[in-house]
Amino acid sequence: MTDCTEWQLLLQADLDGELSPAEAARLAAHEAGCAACASLRKRLSALSARIAQEAPRYEAPAALRAALQAAVVPAPQGAVVVPFRPRARRWTRETIGFVAGAALAASVTFAVFQPATTNPADQIIADHIRALQPGHLIDVESSDHHTVKPWFDGRIDFAPPVPQFERYPLLGGRLDYAAGHTMAALSYRAGKHIVDVFIRPADANATAREGTREGYHYICWLQGGMVLWAVSDMDPTELANFVQAWKDT
Amino acid sequence: MWGRAVSSEFERTMLPHMDAAYNLARWLVRDPTLAQDVAQDALLRALRFFPEWRGGSARAWLMRIVRNVAYDTLRDRGHDEGEEAMAELADPAPGPERQAVARIEMANVATALEAMPAPLRECLVLREIEGLSYKEIAEVAGVPIGTVMSRLWRARQALLEVGVA
Repeated sequence: MTDCTEWQLLLQADLDGELSPAEAARLAAHEAGCAACASLRKRLSALSARIAQEAPRYEAPAALRAALQAAVVPAPQGAVVVPFRPRARRWTRETIGFVAGAALAASVTFAVFQPATTNPADQIIADHIRALQPGHLIDVESSDHHTVKPWFDGRIDFAPPVPQFERYPLLGGRLDYAAGHTMAALSYRAGKHIVDVFIRPADANATAREGTREGYHYICWLQGGMVLWAVSDMDPTELANFVQAWKDT
Repeated sequence: MWGRAVSSEFERTMLPHMDAAYNLARWLVRDPTLAQDVAQDALLRALRFFPEWRGGSARAWLMRIVRNVAYDTLRDRGHDEGEEAMAELADPAPGPERQAVARIEMANVATALEAMPAPLRECLVLREIEGLSYKEIAEVAGVPIGTVMSRLWRARQALLEVGVA
């Protein structure tokens, strides 16, 4: 028996609609003289037909549909939207947006999660709080900026600075989407507190500012063509020291 | 937190593929409840990272996320379906798929498909049930088109050998 390996893959590609007309013609000529390949075509066709008949295409359950609609079209403030089975697993960060307050300890957390706000400070603090949920702080976990910095390559179209400090160990980085922008987020430890720094290229609207929301302090400043937001629940003076250390880099 | 424009764009491009997302999750994790979790996680992750989408096949982009969440979930639960199974498949010798599928006595397509190693199963599901092109499957699985072709071939061979057709 001749080796028809190449023809077999072509035959499969033909049935899958992946062959150019020229290749298909070449294949047809071969099949005319090769009973094995001609028979294989019949068997592969029959297999496809059986799969189409017997292997179900499962439809998305109504609850999934409802959950996604709710996520895309935000419900009125305070509404509990979806039946939700709490799970302790990864990606919970994404699902938190529509978990009722019960699933989260602090009601304040739920309040800032509501998408009604368009204030960037509120949104960035909400992101910081969300990131503090267990196990969801970091996409790339490393204390080495040589690991963290390249991780952003190809994920965002700018290169965020990733400084290292003796006093504030780097915990890692992640991508975040807040205030209408994709941002690089870096996490540092400052004593018993976590500081998140959100970074994106500065635009015309970027202005330095600082403030306090719900017990979280933020300092926003411009440096090296970037706009940076440091957010933490630590003392404002301490946060200012952290920002100063960053500015000195 | 979401701009209305982003939301409605997501709704328009990604949500039509919700059945496809759930179907792939269902075939990969083989459990309706878990599949719903996976599909929901994946879609929300897609919503979150939607600004990163650079165009191209929306379906393939979404399905890749579904697939990755599915394997992460299985791995978290101690199932050896994802990357480990991929590593095994690097060997082109007659693989575990035939043994696995051969254990199914009377050929039943759905059961035989479920018994197949995940990397082969996902290719066949994406091709035969979802109708994805080789190029799209390659994007979803993160492998070259040649690998897609050989995985499809091995999956089909395995089914033919146990007498499914």
